[in-house]
Amino acid sequence: MQRITIDPITRLEGHGKIEIFLDDAGNVANTYFQIPELRGFERFCVGRPVEELPLLTNRICGVCPEAHHMAAAKATDAVYHVEVPRTGKMLRELLYSAFYVTDHTTHFYALAGPDFVMGPDAPVAERNILGVIHKVGLEIGGKVIQCRKYGHTVVEMIGGRKVHPCTSIPGGLTKGITEEQRKEIEEMGKWAIDFALFSLKLFNDIVLGNKAYVDLILGDVYTHQTYYMGTVDEKNHVNFYDGKVRVVDPDGKELVKYAPKDYAENIAEHVEPWTYLKFPYLKKVGWKGFVDGKDSGVYCATPLSRLNAADGMATPRAQEEYEKFYKTLGGKPVHQRLATHWARLIELLYAAERWVELATDPEITSSNYHAIPTEKPTEGVGIVEAPRGTLTHHYWTDERGVVTKVNLIVGTTNNYAPISMSINKAARNLIKQGTVVTEPLLNMVEMAFRIYDPCFGCATHSLPGQMPLEVTIRNAAGEPIKVLKQFVD
Amino acid sequence: MSAKPKFAMYWAASCGGCEIAVLNIHEKILDVDANFDVVFWPVAMDAKYKDVEAMEDGSILLTLWNGGIRNDENEHIAHLLRKKSKILVAFGSCACEGCIPGLANFVPVKELVDTAFTTISTDNPQNLRPQTTYAMPEGEIHIPTLYPQLRTLDQVVDVDYYMPGCPPESHQIGAVIDLVVQVLQGKAQLPPKGAVIGAGNSTVCDECKRKRNVKTIKEFGRIQLTHADPELCLLEQGIPCNGVATRSGCNARCPTAGAQCIGCYGPAEGVIDYGARLISAFASVIDADKPEEIERILDGLVDPAGQFYRFNLAGSLLRAGKSAWKG
Repeated sequence: MQRITIDPITRLEGHGKIEIFLDDAGNVANTYFQIPELRGFERFCVGRPVEELPLLTNRICGVCPEAHHMAAAKATDAVYHVEVPRTGKMLRELLYSAFYVTDHTTHFYALAGPDFVMGPDAPVAERNILGVIHKVGLEIGGKVIQCRKYGHTVVEMIGGRKVHPCTSIPGGLTKGITEEQRKEIEEMGKWAIDFALFSLKLFNDIVLGNKAYVDLILGDVYTHQTYYMGTVDEKNHVNFYDGKVRVVDPDGKELVKYAPKDYAENIAEHVEPWTYLKFPYLKKVGWKGFVDGKDSGVYCATPLSRLNAADGMATPRAQEEYEKFYKTLGGKPVHQRLATHWARLIELLYAAERWVELATDPEITSSNYHAIPTEKPTEGVGIVEAPRGTLTHHYWTDERGVVTKVNLIVGTTNNYAPISMSINKAARNLIKQGTVVTEPLLNMVEMAFRIYDPCFGCATHSLPGQMPLEVTIRNAAGEPIKVLKQFVD
Repeated sequence: MSAKPKFAMYWAASCGGCEIAVLNIHEKILDVDANFDVVFWPVAMDAKYKDVEAMEDGSILLTLWNGGIRNDENEHIAHLLRKKSKILVAFGSCACEGCIPGLANFVPVKELVDTAFTTISTDNPQNLRPQTTYAMPEGEIHIPTLYPQLRTLDQVVDVDYYMPGCPPESHQIGAVIDLVVQVLQGKAQLPPKGAVIGAGNSTVCDECKRKRNVKTIKEFGRIQLTHADPELCLLEQGIPCNGVATRSGCNARCPTAGAQCIGCYGPAEGVIDYGARLISAFASVIDADKPEEIERILDGLVDPAGQFYRFNLAGSLLRAGKSAWKG
């Protein structure tokens, strides 16, 4: 048995490692995607005042602390049975929309874009954000930096800080915004809409205009048929901040639509002893292993999943793009995982449109952004859509509001089984008896999980965003027989 | 290969916020690029341990290390980068003092794992736990071993400078980069070894614009249960704000936004134990003369251990790293 080790892949709220085993004929026998870290938040948050959890759980992930801040704040609202005033909800969602614009932009330009703009088999030195900028012009690099700046400016205005926001508390926020700030936020939002439209046009020209890419997207290597999850509003439109969690089956039919408090009746987490991360699955369907199909409880929670799980987008221009998306790809649901990159750009447009909608609401500058809780704290669940999947925080407290128990199902975790399956499928398709394992092949394996934007993704903002990989092929005695590297000079 | 000095940045048990803070210096990142060869930075470029191992000892001029030491892999890389780096900076709260993940040191590591694998949504009929070595049908696979305690970087290797904050503020990172560039150009000197860089020498209170009236309090309150006055000192309104013991450098960002300081910049200059300093500061605002009255007021602090050691448990006298490590 030969073994190929990919270690380390960089960040997935920690570090990741892939083991690929080849049988004696040289075909892939199996793959294991391992998460080697556990920090213990569910235990050490016990004993803390519940209002601190939006601050402590931020530190689970500094790449998307806004998502933890919001899910935690909503869980504390529920713990206190308090209804956040309309302005408070809008301010949180406005912060969150600006964050989404920043996060999706950087993923597309720094990580996913290079594979398409430069091509999956372009020279390693060019297949990064700098290569993209050289090819499509410096101006775009400037726009990406500008987009990050604007997004973080809004996060800081409402959230108090650029990283690890601090203003959401049980019942609302500690501060509102002034009319002057509102105007500035509105202007930046309008710019973000233009930027999103520009990004979609770029995708249209470069990717959809190239038959080779369209074939790659529609091909089998990156296709899986699973359930899809996403949060929807009362009209079944995509929403990132609030609503019910809807799950559709591989045929696109609704399996369930559940309120946050009912998550544990719907989701369970399977355990494997060789990794520190669990594998969530749909309880009603059951865990059947790392397999596709209607009988397998594996689900996916990504931009593509959210579009598949919804009936449309809540803003006009994003809705147009949504319709075009399904028309082009042959109807719902779309199973071709590479289309996730396109779906992400449609979400980018939605987030920008929502940003302006909220910034122009007459009540957004109201001082009614916090309701003081009056009921005894008990237990509560908060759910938001993190860019990388549905994020669930569940807290229990004593009557003083001191935490007694915590359960978290984190964005990327939802996709642990699907990512593992995508890696496995890509490896099986790409590494076969007699295959010479080349660098572009490594990149094709890399593309299998870049789809999901696991947490290291958005961290590569504005720098060459290729994931460093090294593959060591060993013989049955464990001796290295060939080493392949990328981004290793 | 150019003759530019070499730069590295690494994350151990951290959240990635330090990397985002570095990227948030925006255009100044080009100064880093212009003045350094970035030889190792897993988030942005090249993550190969083997390449670091192949470098000559001391060949990296500057390494920014973020994250605490949670497992054997973290420790191994800490020793490796120490050997290869001339200047090793404990960058951010995790590396300096343990940060929020250091709160794990209140409980045995077994409980951390047991909790994660027995939550209400966990389907674990065989009561499995992660195994560091596991025999699969195709061969053995491995994951790192969690240590009994989370340690700070200087509890594991020698550290040259400390840059506090969770994360360090981007304007402070920019200032440190400017300084290093000036040092490279011979226009400035490095601070003495062991110095705290990229932060102030006073307290968050000194940077906070809220008015203080040297008022004392009859009870501690909770931020969600009051409408705090936006102009007045939060502590004097009974909100347990940590600004008085916390190092300046952030421009009092959280109190300015209406939230209490939670202490992410660590102990103020000259403070040996953050918690002890904060306890004495809180004691000084309590308005009571009878012991039972003092007790009643202190009961309003529902989580004293977390309040006083939220960011710095791993680095504090309470859990002074090495002795606790032996236990």
